[in-house]
Amino acid sequence: MLLGRTANGLYWMFRYIERAENMARLIDAGLRMALTKTSDAPEEWSSVLMSAGVKIGYDNKYNEYNASLVSDFLLRDPGNPSSVMSCVETARSNARMVRTALTREAWESVNETWMILKSTLAQAVPETDLPRVLDQIKRETAIIRGAFHGTMLRNEIFNFARIGTFIERADNTARILDVKYYVLLPSISYVGTTLDNFQWESILRSVSAHRSYRWVYDVEYNPVNIADYLILNSRMPRSLNFCYSNIVDNLKYLASDYGKRHECHDMSESIMIRLENNDIRTIFDNGLHEFLSDLIYQTNSLSSKIAAAYNFD
Amino acid sequence: MKPFDEMIKTGGDVRLPYEQLKCWLDTQNPERLAQKALDAENVFRKTGITFAVYGDEEAAERLIPFDIIPRIITGNEWRRLSQGIEQRVMALNAFLDDIYHRQEIIRAGRIPRELFTHNDAYLPEMVGFRPPGNVYTHIIGVDIVRTEENQFYVLEDNARTPSGVSYMLENRETMMQLFPELFQQIKVRPVETYPKLLRQSLAAVAPPGCKGTPTIAVLTPGIYNSAYFEHAFLADQMGVELVEGSDLKVENGKVVMRTTEGNRAIDVLYRRVDDSFLDPLTFRRDSALGVAGIMDVYRSGNITIANAPGTGIADDKALYSYMPEIVEFYTGRKAILENVPTHRCSEPDTLKYVLENLADLVVKEVHGSGGYGMLVGPAASKKECEAFALKLKANPKNYIAQPTLALSTTPIMTEKGLAPRHVDLRPFVLVSDRIRITPGGLTRVALKEGSLVVNSSQGGGTKDTWVLDD
Repeated sequence: MLLGRTANGLYWMFRYIERAENMARLIDAGLRMALTKTSDAPEEWSSVLMSAGVKIGYDNKYNEYNASLVSDFLLRDPGNPSSVMSCVETARSNARMVRTALTREAWESVNETWMILKSTLAQAVPETDLPRVLDQIKRETAIIRGAFHGTMLRNEIFNFARIGTFIERADNTARILDVKYYVLLPSISYVGTTLDNFQWESILRSVSAHRSYRWVYDVEYNPVNIADYLILNSRMPRSLNFCYSNIVDNLKYLASDYGKRHECHDMSESIMIRLENNDIRTIFDNGLHEFLSDLIYQTNSLSSKIAAAYNFD
Repeated sequence: MKPFDEMIKTGGDVRLPYEQLKCWLDTQNPERLAQKALDAENVFRKTGITFAVYGDEEAAERLIPFDIIPRIITGNEWRRLSQGIEQRVMALNAFLDDIYHRQEIIRAGRIPRELFTHNDAYLPEMVGFRPPGNVYTHIIGVDIVRTEENQFYVLEDNARTPSGVSYMLENRETMMQLFPELFQQIKVRPVETYPKLLRQSLAAVAPPGCKGTPTIAVLTPGIYNSAYFEHAFLADQMGVELVEGSDLKVENGKVVMRTTEGNRAIDVLYRRVDDSFLDPLTFRRDSALGVAGIMDVYRSGNITIANAPGTGIADDKALYSYMPEIVEFYTGRKAILENVPTHRCSEPDTLKYVLENLADLVVKEVHGSGGYGMLVGPAASKKECEAFALKLKANPKNYIAQPTLALSTTPIMTEKGLAPRHVDLRPFVLVSDRIRITPGGLTRVALKEGSLVVNSSQGGGTKDTWVLDD
């Protein structure tokens, strides 16, 4: 038994840590794309903002897209609730709220991340420093994850935190794919142009999968394989399949601990079945965009159902 | 006159209780000690042992400076102090019971009725109600200062929600990490049992209808409260839930918390929320920190609130000056611990005296706390005194005045080596089926040379406090 508010705090703490890390990755991928002369840099930055789900907020503030404005908005802008700094602030506030549920190591890792990034992100980051800062952000979130996995008891506290992580990650992966779904459509070109290749690599890079892709498939990028990898592969830690299998497992632990199943259990399992008993060709035939936007919608609705089931809505 | 120093006697000899420590200090490399002090600060920062300063946006969270030189109290000194404290908290609880029932002490003419009639700390809702175990103030921090080898005074009784106990515990923890060798040489009485004792103490005053192990929770105003760290720390150490008002509601005559498995009833609530915010139906209607209807549950005996609502009347500064009478009235003996002589500015002759001697006195607001709104005459400029005199004349009832005490000093670590600074002491007392006093308490130290203000909100620090097991 946990306070509903504690479950809520754990869930959001881990959603925001995940989000901070995803932001760093998105900026990283954007920087790469902008470096390739063949691409239209403002267009790329605009789609980074779209993947981050903050384009409206950005457009209200700025009317041009470039590396320094976009990365500043995504890294430091206090008015952007999904900026890395806002995420880390929110994650730490939540951690402070649920402090009694965390091990000393887990709490200290979040607190230290906050202290370090607060000072790193106190001023605008010059473009030449961006790679270093992005690495630092990824390293900090990795330390939090390590402290959490290394010290936390595998109980309901752990389950709510994991559910938060994977809901956020599923949403993030689905968004990245959906924003760029058209470059993956085989009808446009089967043999990738140079630009296509950059686009494909960029997608993989934004989920840190550009190297592991080659271990699983081929040195050559192929849009169908990329989609397969990020949607259906059960071993790729950021694929939708992987995220959902973790959500399902953690929800199952809660059901067995509490001796009670809820609507969210049925829902997550039926999404899981869709991801398991599907092949990528069918998804393409039925419409990749439709599939992804439906999944984003379902993930959101699952999130509300989980909150309702465990009294933190 | 030079104030009493707890380590070094006039003439330069080391006082007996500090001998071992001083020997050890003399053998230490100053650089190593400075490094240790830094280590301690890092531990505090990393752990997030911070407090919020209201109205200070920039440093929304600050560390309370920690000094690594312990303050030492002998077993004998402590015995006397703890007897005095025990007597005092018994009197406080007896007084609260009386004042909300027959008011014998007023009938006996020992204290004036006016003290209550216009006092917000006195809650009519508590009249005629007897809390479980007949305990009103369960957790008390008695502020004590020392002026001589054998002269201690009680500065104030914090009978509502005293804070600082987490610093006492973390200070000891930190010292044991930094200087394990010292604890092998010097036998210090432990303080670590406090959370366990607090839990036992709270469980012992569960409502009579509570069967089995009572469910205890700590009620906090939330993460932006200045003492949030302490609330989380205590809940964690006791192994109980840390709740906010929004987690609670009244259901079927019980206060319940909203959990992942539905609503669970709470039997004992250690609240760190002020009376006025406790129940929007009874007190401040705009309060979002409390629980609507909790006072009804309380009055029907279905929950214990610690400390009881209305205990604030017992640590009101206007009442403080009557404490010697109160102790004697309820315990039948003279108070073991003395009060600081106190001038009530409400009395015209006294007001005149206070105004004439402002430069030598400490003047405090009757309802103030945290070192805010007070004047330390000897440290104030002429202009500050004049400005304060105007406030005082405008509302004399609102102030009391005390002589400036020459608070004892103990050494702190400075860049130039050891230097004496003024200190006070807040021992923590638990009252329920019996009285439990943790040996020592929180020593607060004024870090500025010559300063007498030890409050953390005003630049004070803390020290580990050792009661010798001798």
